[in-house]
Amino acid sequence: MIATAYLRRYWQLYALLLLPLAYIIVFKYGPMYGIQIAFKDFNFFQGIGGSKWIGFDAFKEVFHMHDFFKTLRNTLMLNLLDLVVSFPAPLILAIMLFELRTVWFKKFSQTILYIPHFISWIIIGGIVYQVFGTQSGMINNIITSLGFDAIPFLTDKYDWLVTYLLVGVWQSAGWGTIIYLAALTGINKELFEAAEVDGAGRMKRIWHITIPGIKPTIVTLLIINLGNMISIGFDRPYVIGNAAVRDFSEVLSTFVYRIGLESGQYTLATVVGFFQAIVGLVFVLGANYASKKLTDESIL
Amino acid sequence: MGERAANRLFDTFNFIFLTVCVLVCLAPFVHIIAISLSSSRSIVSGEVSLFPIEINFEAYARVFSDTSMIRSLGFTVLLTALFTVLCMSMTIAAGYPLSKTNLKGRKSIMVIIMITMFFSGGVIPEYILVRNLHLLDTIWALVLPGMINPFYLIILISFLNGIPTSLEESAEIDGSSHFNTLFKIILPLSLPVIATLSLFYAVGRWNGFTDTLMYITSPNMYPLQLKLYQLIQNNMISDLMQMEGTQRVMTQPESLKSASVIFATVPILIVYPWLQRYFVSGVMLGAVKG
Repeated sequence: MIATAYLRRYWQLYALLLLPLAYIIVFKYGPMYGIQIAFKDFNFFQGIGGSKWIGFDAFKEVFHMHDFFKTLRNTLMLNLLDLVVSFPAPLILAIMLFELRTVWFKKFSQTILYIPHFISWIIIGGIVYQVFGTQSGMINNIITSLGFDAIPFLTDKYDWLVTYLLVGVWQSAGWGTIIYLAALTGINKELFEAAEVDGAGRMKRIWHITIPGIKPTIVTLLIINLGNMISIGFDRPYVIGNAAVRDFSEVLSTFVYRIGLESGQYTLATVVGFFQAIVGLVFVLGANYASKKLTDESIL
Repeated sequence: MGERAANRLFDTFNFIFLTVCVLVCLAPFVHIIAISLSSSRSIVSGEVSLFPIEINFEAYARVFSDTSMIRSLGFTVLLTALFTVLCMSMTIAAGYPLSKTNLKGRKSIMVIIMITMFFSGGVIPEYILVRNLHLLDTIWALVLPGMINPFYLIILISFLNGIPTSLEESAEIDGSSHFNTLFKIILPLSLPVIATLSLFYAVGRWNGFTDTLMYITSPNMYPLQLKLYQLIQNNMISDLMQMEGTQRVMTQPESLKSASVIFATVPILIVYPWLQRYFVSGVMLGAVKG
């Protein structure tokens, strides 16, 4: 009887949950059911249930593909380099913003610095082409007008790598400052005042108060980033990449798209996606564990 | 050097440093605007950098007279509005009950939702699901699969938890139903977080590309990003071909592409300043909890 009384009192809350739960089950758990395609010789006529089981054959095939290892290497390489280049950028930017005394300029620069985060990779791709293009790109126009040779930013794979990384910094550095600024406002103001009384200069205060104050945030973000090593967005490498630099720009997400949806090898593409999901899960759980050990903060 | 002078030096350096960062952020946009307003001759000869040369509005005239472009914009606006409203409704419908810490079964439901943050079926099974539901080439293929973002849901729940429970309790004593409490008390108090999450959902949809590439084949259903991608991709291809020494293929003029890029960016830039003060606090809330 208590149960019915409870339900009578709370049925509206459960009613609200019905649709979201149905949605989660159909659209999030539905595809998980579809993972069995990785173990089947899938074709659309027989459907997921009707296709023949083939065990680990497709896994063997994928692990013998030269292209698979190349895309795996590229994914890890692009993410690792991105971490080295893009990770410190918002930290430095946030400290500089925090130290800024002119309030209007601080607000103004924050507004501007956030903007690239809201621009799609397609549009960034268009801008990148106009800025870095070999024929009439802005930077090459300047370089050639100074009498140097044009740099193939988009068509030589090593130059492309630099372009890819720089564009990443441009897009994400400003937005990344938000978390650090939130952490910075949490530092006890008295520490700064005490340091000033003791005669510590700006650099000393940044080094001895500001950075230690946000160390937990830095470590947590670093660990989360390491946890995402194998996952990579589709848009950025797909749009900035091109046939000439495929050696570096083909990553797991674009590879899945190409072998799955462009050439119809659904089973192989599912295997690659499943591999990525499992390894990604292990990385994230490992990162979470490390974060808990090191900083007492966890993301889960 | 005295402490004072050192501080002054630091402030000056900081000001210059951030000015350079701001300029680097803006320069590509300024360049694109300059290209979109310049004559083809001056673009090809590489004269245009930050200021338009031989100003004309031809490219914009062509964008605005291109019916497929206008239809694409209209479709994207409709898609974004529909998506944002449905996403927010679903997120609130899930978030409000789940913010009640005493609700039975709350923990298990949270776990069911959280799992989807860290593990998913992957692109191919998702595609097959959408195909099996006969959603390919419909607006629903771009709306339904992404409706509840678990991370945004957590931000909403932590915001709702910050609302004093005494408010709801007194409403309950006055005989208010849960629906009534939600609409009359909770939602008005949650405007900042609703604005933030709506902006994130809307921008995500506006900028979304991967799913449009996979699920949409009919050109009259192309959202802006897909349409832009094709314009830009032609560009890349012609640049590559010229590298290889073949004849430059006739493509759209650069100014038209730049005008299209501006055309697709301006709507976001119009909405953005209005919502900025909300999303900064919203992200900080998520950052502290997350």
